[in-house]
Amino acid sequence: MTNKTNEHDFEEHLINVPHSQAIGIEYIAAGPNECELAIRYAPHLIGNPDTGVIHGGAITALLDNVAGMVARPPGMQREDISIATLDLRIDYTGQATPGKDIRARGHCFKRTQNIAFVRAVAFTETPDDPVATCTATFMLGTRNTPFSPAPQAESS
Amino acid sequence: MKILQQLRKQERGKDVEELLKHIPYAQFLGLQVERHNHLIMTILPFKETLVGNTNLPALHGGAVGAMMEMTALIQLIYDSASEILPQTIDVSFDYLRSARDQTTFGQAFVTRRGRRVANVRTELWQEDRHRPIAISHGHFLLNSLDAP
Repeated sequence: MTNKTNEHDFEEHLINVPHSQAIGIEYIAAGPNECELAIRYAPHLIGNPDTGVIHGGAITALLDNVAGMVARPPGMQREDISIATLDLRIDYTGQATPGKDIRARGHCFKRTQNIAFVRAVAFTETPDDPVATCTATFMLGTRNTPFSPAPQAESS
Repeated sequence: MKILQQLRKQERGKDVEELLKHIPYAQFLGLQVERHNHLIMTILPFKETLVGNTNLPALHGGAVGAMMEMTALIQLIYDSASEILPQTIDVSFDYLRSARDQTTFGQAFVTRRGRRVANVRTELWQEDRHRPIAISHGHFLLNSLDAP
């Protein structure tokens, strides 16, 4: 196992995730079992054309991303251990302000051999006034070998 | 004029394809719909920008979650004559299998539609309808107390 810092891992991780790149998820900061990411307000993320509010789906992607990043045991690379979202629950506690960036902070508060338990919050100004809150669990050590090509459909 | 109000006025309230064209995030995902009687099936063709794990490859959990939320919302809009867009209160997603680099299909089941809140389940699948890749259940606000 290498000893890269979390920060380096997190930034590199984001670059390698096409959907995160497409949404425009950016790395902000990280601490032990903690991480902060952000999405810049962008027209292609709008869910409500009447108000210009960002779609809940983009917030889901941001929260899933930040939660997954803190779920991975510190110091472990993607090659060392693969993880998969088991479940993710999101409470939409407020509407994101149109035009404002959305930040998200994740915290892994418990990790067992098999499961990581995570809380995360999305906000525009301060985490005390959240746009959405989230609890998630992740399976640790799932498969990360490429799928074999889908079997050819038999002609009938 | 508000988009849903506009479509209802033109008596195109059931035209969810048209509504999707006005939702930038749905366009970004590439979400499509098909109507089967009163049920809407959502379709998400695979594209590179939806990938979360390039190694498998598998779709991003956020893209899968967004599709489930959208599937629920579209069914709620289709079922009603309301001019107000429903708002997500909470959603709980269960990820059952990796979402592979294939087309994903979705369907919503409105368990209960109350005056203010609806309870909706959704299911997503890929090649086999009976092997869902993800399911969700959520609550959606249809009308606010202070609504006219």
